[in-house]
Amino acid sequence: MSLPLNESVVNIKPSGIRKFFDIVSEMKDAISLGVGEPDFDTPWHIRDEGIYSLERGKTFYTSNAGLKELRQEICNYQKRTQGINYDAMKEVLVTVGGSEAIDIGLRAMINPGDEVIIPQPAYVSYFPCAILAGAKPVIINLKAENQFRLTADELLNAVTDRTKVLILPFPNNPTGAIMERSDLEKIAQICIDKNICVMSDEIYSALTYKGEHVSIASIEGMKERTILINGFSKAYAMTGWRLGYACGPAEIIKQMTKIHQFAIMCAPTTSQYAAIEALKNGDNDVRLMRGAYNQRRRFLMNAFKEMNLECFEPYGAFYVFPCIKEFGMTSEEFATRFLEEEKVAAVPGSAFGDSGEGYLRISYAYSIENLKTAMERLSRFVNKLRSEKHNV
Amino acid sequence: MREELLSIIEKNSRIDIKELAVRLGKEEIDIVNELQKLEDEKVICGYHTLVNWEKTSIEKVTALIEVKVTPQRGQGFDRIASRIYNYPEVRDVYLISGGFDLLVTLEEKSLKDIAMFVSEKLSTLDSIISTGTHFILKKYKDHGTIIDEHVKDEREVITP
Repeated sequence: MSLPLNESVVNIKPSGIRKFFDIVSEMKDAISLGVGEPDFDTPWHIRDEGIYSLERGKTFYTSNAGLKELRQEICNYQKRTQGINYDAMKEVLVTVGGSEAIDIGLRAMINPGDEVIIPQPAYVSYFPCAILAGAKPVIINLKAENQFRLTADELLNAVTDRTKVLILPFPNNPTGAIMERSDLEKIAQICIDKNICVMSDEIYSALTYKGEHVSIASIEGMKERTILINGFSKAYAMTGWRLGYACGPAEIIKQMTKIHQFAIMCAPTTSQYAAIEALKNGDNDVRLMRGAYNQRRRFLMNAFKEMNLECFEPYGAFYVFPCIKEFGMTSEEFATRFLEEEKVAAVPGSAFGDSGEGYLRISYAYSIENLKTAMERLSRFVNKLRSEKHNV
Repeated sequence: MREELLSIIEKNSRIDIKELAVRLGKEEIDIVNELQKLEDEKVICGYHTLVNWEKTSIEKVTALIEVKVTPQRGQGFDRIASRIYNYPEVRDVYLISGGFDLLVTLEEKSLKDIAMFVSEKLSTLDSIISTGTHFILKKYKDHGTIIDEHVKDEREVITP
């Protein structure tokens, strides 16, 4: 019997991370530097609010777009951090994580054959979601010499008359790169001139270490052509709650809400109540976590400097992206040997696109003690590889 | 940097200067100077260690004692507080709002030692109206640290 299978789904390659995951899972005592989620627990007052909502019997569906109070708090948050005014009734949709917003946002905007520009290295979902939406993904390979920021020239070279959407994933996973206001202004001008919509994935917006995050939607003329995606996972350490949101032009949000309504119904009610508390009273938690991440970031950058390992200084998210090209191996070979010989798991940069080849993603969502041990091992490993190379 | 520096060493006073400098993005000399200043200003009052005595064979009994006093003209509670805190066996003395005035904590080898202190030394001081002694049965959390906590990383080892 031949089972019905959709060809575009079958043709999607499984995530490069998956393969690596299987090797790591076999190993008992490995240290991991491979996670893309905070090591902190969700702050207690936020968890408590989730529990309290259950005690009060808040166990029903919410409206499709999400609790009105939550949408209002999201608007307040965007107002106070970015100075953007969104209408809670028409321009906000609460989703099941930022991931759902990426998926349904593309589906709501794309017609078959439309081009979606994806700067890489980037989070693994954009490419398959674009394919599933019927788009033609157009990749921009970002460069270390630009600190993995997107430049105007790179964008102009990728734009055609079929370009509909630019995905803007900053602060970036896996590189830790950010885009500052001056970088964004150039990108914004091109999007306005060429009539391109931006999907700005700002899930790491609370975690920047050089000034405050700037959203492209806050630049004049951009709010009406930007789908801003954010959520609670990274800022408030709430990954398992599965809660994110999209803000954008009412017409697009309306279509996204339709897909969300039929495919999902609504985001988890308990998580929505907890998220209201996070937005109302969570600023200090974010500040403390950001401080801790920043200390670890500096610690890693110093460790790389001491072992003479090339790495541009990233100012966002909780990743560093050191260059391993000097060892003459692919990043997958490097990561595999590092795991086998030193029992430390880090994700090969190539899992995030071809331009990630030659780099390693190291997450610092770990305690300093954990990072210390890992850096001792990395230093030993790097020295070993250098002496091997020397002896050949 | 003051707040960050203090919150690091409040949790780990054994951390070395070099690591502090790296984590805070400062020069080592700046850290040394700042620590010296904090010590001089008595912002840093000591570098204590949090000990879970229950895991040792050494017996300790801790009591919290509520004390009601008559404040003294011109000196308020300060004079009576100093008469209490000068006993070396007294660990903490706080002036408290609410139903009583001073909260005194005491750590001794036995219940009897505490009883002796309260009945013979504390209660007999002038201007003490009454005392109420509470013994600590179990410590769950001390100085922001959950006692005997075993943290396990529950996350998947690799996630995108």
